[in-house]
Amino acid sequence: MRRSPPQKLTDYLPIAFPAAMLGLFFVVPFAIMVAVSVFKRVPGGFYEPAFTLANYARFLSPFFGEVLVFSLFLAAFVSAICLLIGVPFTYLLTRLRRGNQVVWLIALLGVLSLSEVIIGFSWSTLLSRTAGLSNLFVWLGLMDRPQSWTPSFGAVLTGLVYQAFPYTVLVLYPAFSRLDPSLMEAARTLGSSPIRAFLNVVLPAMRTTLLATSIIVFIFALGAYLLPQILGRPQHWTLSVLVTDQAIYQSNMPFAAAMAVFLVMASLALVGLSVAISGRKGAGQ
Amino acid sequence: MSGLQLVDIHKRFGSVAAVDNISLSVDEGTFVCLLGPSGCGKTTLLRMIAGLEDPTSGNILLQGRRLNDTPAHLRNLGMVFQSLALFPHLSVGENIAYPLRIRGKSKAACGERVRELLDMVQLPGVADRTITQLSGGQRQRIAIARALAVSPQLFLLDEPLSALDAKLREAMQVELRQLQQRLGITTIVVTHDQREAMTMSDQIVVMSNGKVEQMGAPIEAYRRPATPFVADFLGQANLIKVAAGEGGARFSGGTIPGLDVAGGEGALVSIRPEDIAVLPSETGPVKASVVFVREMGAIVEIYLDAGGERIVAHAAPKTHGDFKVGSTVSLSMPAEACVVFDGAGA
Repeated sequence: MRRSPPQKLTDYLPIAFPAAMLGLFFVVPFAIMVAVSVFKRVPGGFYEPAFTLANYARFLSPFFGEVLVFSLFLAAFVSAICLLIGVPFTYLLTRLRRGNQVVWLIALLGVLSLSEVIIGFSWSTLLSRTAGLSNLFVWLGLMDRPQSWTPSFGAVLTGLVYQAFPYTVLVLYPAFSRLDPSLMEAARTLGSSPIRAFLNVVLPAMRTTLLATSIIVFIFALGAYLLPQILGRPQHWTLSVLVTDQAIYQSNMPFAAAMAVFLVMASLALVGLSVAISGRKGAGQ
Repeated sequence: MSGLQLVDIHKRFGSVAAVDNISLSVDEGTFVCLLGPSGCGKTTLLRMIAGLEDPTSGNILLQGRRLNDTPAHLRNLGMVFQSLALFPHLSVGENIAYPLRIRGKSKAACGERVRELLDMVQLPGVADRTITQLSGGQRQRIAIARALAVSPQLFLLDEPLSALDAKLREAMQVELRQLQQRLGITTIVVTHDQREAMTMSDQIVVMSNGKVEQMGAPIEAYRRPATPFVADFLGQANLIKVAAGEGGARFSGGTIPGLDVAGGEGALVSIRPEDIAVLPSETGPVKASVVFVREMGAIVEIYLDAGGERIVAHAAPKTHGDFKVGSTVSLSMPAEACVVFDGAGA
């Protein structure tokens, strides 16, 4: 359906309220944060207005560089695993009867109701040596003796995937349930085995949704600050952990703000890049 | 060996029998329509032939070879879906070339074949367009071209023309029939549109409630329906309850002279509206009053009440001025135009 673009000023009226809300609660705080990031810290106090790039200069060090690279890598890894499990899962889910679909979706929504702290400590217990899953494996005869799997990179990854998975499915679900089932059937009658048809018809047809989902999960994982602390060692801490550390424990608001601004810019750049790449690929086809 | 044979096919979904013991054979190179109201099992039958559903029991044979255990992608058939199912992420040419690429054909061979197929469906030069740039009728042709790309043994179409407007649909019916005759390909079309079935096919299979009601040449089924359902579903029919009477078959509006009803009570007679002549005289074996007159241009439909029995008759436009609503007329219902179903309830 095509509509004519707004002509008069009053045509814009319906978006005035959401625009005001967005401005008041998102743009203004972000602007304050940008401002604070160039302020000067007062030792023992808070901060005072100034214009200094010292806060930004501080993380041009190898240490912060490494943390940034690790944060991006972790987020990309989480997003890849979520899609790898989530896409086949959601596809099969939409092929179930309606009643069964609802049961699965409610179970997934249940995960969303858990707080990050509970998820973190639950996994920390599940992966521990004293009370964890490895005891179950020993009992089953799969392992010789119980082992501790936390803190480790694997534990951080598990916790983040667990937390991000419901979001992945909920974003993929509407698109997959709208997908015309005869696309897959047409591919089969034209000579594709079911798996091949899934790979060369369903996935490409869902390209935009897959990209959107991976971006959402990527940004979600980039903002994680609690799970890396509970389930990881200091080398598994993300930039978000350092932001929290600076803002709350070191009372260094300007430096925390500078890191936060940098994190936003870095993730925006990556999102822009992936949209540009997929856009060009889409146009070429 | 004949083209396609279905032997004692059953298909149950839970406790519902979607297809109930159907056997039929389709000769090579013929055009067959599976015709019936929605929910009669015609699409399920087509999907079983395509391999998208497994029959609960029974055999599907193609040129004498059992097809049941061959998965859909190895059956070498072309199918056009009701939604057309063109791949949105591929261009027109890539859509048509899809079955060729799957079979490992080179890019050059694909390009050559795509040009050939586009010429065949009379849409040359659209290979580089996207699907969304095409009109409904054009998409229809692309779906047909894609289904025929590998020269399949069997061409299946599920309500292929239902999304098109009336005029385009008529044109596509003729075109599809001509294409089928040129290629000589065994074709099975599912439709609920009896006009479509009549104009396109060599054979029609009329289905209802998972069973075959009648199969045969369309005009044969129209003139000699095997069941009241077929009479009613193919075109218009007057189904009249009659009983044996003196000099013919008696019903509430009068007597059809010379019609022999063996079954006695409860027999049903079917007569087409075009076989009934409406006469202005008030005396005759069947009297009726005019209830409603509907002018259709080429013909006039006259709705009549014959002693409580509702009857529809067709007349030529120039004569209808004689029939005012409420006037009494007499009907001529020739016995040779009637089909008798004895004892069968409609």
